[in-house]
Amino acid sequence: MNVNLSLLAPELFISALGLAVLILGLIVPKDSRHGLGWLTVFGLLLGMGITMAGWENQGTLYGGLFVVDQYAVFFKLTFLVAAFLVVLGSMRYVDMMGDQSEYYSMILFATLGMMVLASAGDFMTLYLGLELMTIAFIVLVCFRRNDVKSVEAGIKYLLLAGVSSAVLLYGLSLVYGLTGTVVIGEVGRALTARPVPALILGLAMLLAGLGFKVSAVPFHMWTPDVYEGAPTPVTAFLAVGSKAASFAVLLRVFIGALPAVWAHWAMLVAVLAAVTIIVGNLVAIPQTNIKRLLAYSSIAQAGYILVGLITATGPGIKAVMFYAFLYVFATVGAFTVVTQYYSVTGSDEIKDYAGLSQRSPLMAAVMVICMLSMAGIPPLAGFVGKFYLFKTIINDYLWLAFIGLIMSMVSVYYYLKVALVMYRDEPADPAPIQLSAPVALTLLIAMIVTIVLGVYPGPLSEATNVAAQSFWR
Amino acid sequence: MLPLTVGLTHYVVLSALLFAIGLFGVLSKRNAVAVLICIELMLNAVNINLIAFSKYITPTLFIGQLFAVFVITVAAAEVGVGLAIIIAIYRNRLSVNLDDFDWLKW
Repeated sequence: MNVNLSLLAPELFISALGLAVLILGLIVPKDSRHGLGWLTVFGLLLGMGITMAGWENQGTLYGGLFVVDQYAVFFKLTFLVAAFLVVLGSMRYVDMMGDQSEYYSMILFATLGMMVLASAGDFMTLYLGLELMTIAFIVLVCFRRNDVKSVEAGIKYLLLAGVSSAVLLYGLSLVYGLTGTVVIGEVGRALTARPVPALILGLAMLLAGLGFKVSAVPFHMWTPDVYEGAPTPVTAFLAVGSKAASFAVLLRVFIGALPAVWAHWAMLVAVLAAVTIIVGNLVAIPQTNIKRLLAYSSIAQAGYILVGLITATGPGIKAVMFYAFLYVFATVGAFTVVTQYYSVTGSDEIKDYAGLSQRSPLMAAVMVICMLSMAGIPPLAGFVGKFYLFKTIINDYLWLAFIGLIMSMVSVYYYLKVALVMYRDEPADPAPIQLSAPVALTLLIAMIVTIVLGVYPGPLSEATNVAAQSFWR
Repeated sequence: MLPLTVGLTHYVVLSALLFAIGLFGVLSKRNAVAVLICIELMLNAVNINLIAFSKYITPTLFIGQLFAVFVITVAAAEVGVGLAIIIAIYRNRLSVNLDDFDWLKW
């Protein structure tokens, strides 16, 4: 069998980099290990270059097992950008935590799992990618193993992720039993519009298993606990990377394999999206811990992204990709501020953010801009993303668009409450916060991209259009 | 001699029962190790399903069996990580009872 390895180049490169970082960490003496962070950063930049160079290089490998289309390539770029920003913004935090080489290699292996997931052409690849990502994340979540909160978050994530992948697998096995194939495209051709009850059961289990990964209500219970307990950079990566990868595969499975029974899942997804938006935004209001607030806000964001799945059309896929990409910058920006503030003050409570604008104007500005982008205030990127998402459903699901609109206004309230604390209140300790160069760079990238994408979304919109069209090719 | 033939239905029913038992155990057990074992039960239910479908629906292809091999391998990796975490939390708290893990609001 002839295998075109150039299609696999990004995955091969990232796995080699992950192994290299792991081994180098064992060889290099302890005091020079923080160079591994820079190695990871530049490696990820190179990985982005390799992925981008393969934009036109499309095809399938191993008889449909591994699909490389522009849809997959776009998502891979999203994951690499997310990993790059997370590592760049967290190097000092990791130095304080110790065990650098394991941390960076686990980040790289999680990224590799996401990349495999985005390219999954059949259920086996899907499962392997999902578990590679999840197991790496489990290790990362309990990385501060002497901190009870971190380990507790790890065990909760482990058990709930295990149950969710078992449920997902059972659904996959039912679909396999009904169609006799595990290749996503062939499943799509084998299914007819008149489903048997077992298929509906399988469908529900698939939605539950993947809904857990994207933290859609009612499968969201793990999110606040794990987000609060995990080390903050890991939380950021979990919120953007894991979620974007799960959406990539959710779209691939539901639009690629189950379009014949679209009528049966469209309403289900619509209701799930509505409940997720409502619960996420309402429960975020009383939160006092910034990480829990951002966790509930990320649940709400998952609800918005689910909206793009409902119509199962090109514009919907495009909107999901667009939103997933800009969401990376807004979320990593906000979490980098939280990481930095925690390493200075040791607190994640919102009331301790009093007077941040006087101590570090950049951090306060980035936090406000990222949060307003998540709330969807023009001219920031989140507004454009929400516009694309809700444009797809405005004709058939007007009620959902109204829910989205009202809940966006609710979200402005709790986002601005944080802004109010940062800008109005007097700081307890007025000493200015020094930002290291990589952290300042991360914050600036996040802020500038969030503003630029809002004012000038044209190029990204074009790219996502092309990528969405490659979905059916 | 009873005229008993075991068919696909039997395997699927067995798998469904095993899955239900596993799910019940996950929801009712309080010991972290027991919950891990129940997750294994659920995964083995999936394996029975996969192999039965492979035997009765696509007997010439080995798709289901291959899938089952992957599930077994990955499940082993997951349990490895799981037991390591349970040991870590036992060192911290001297307990593996899930009801004691309430530092984070559930």
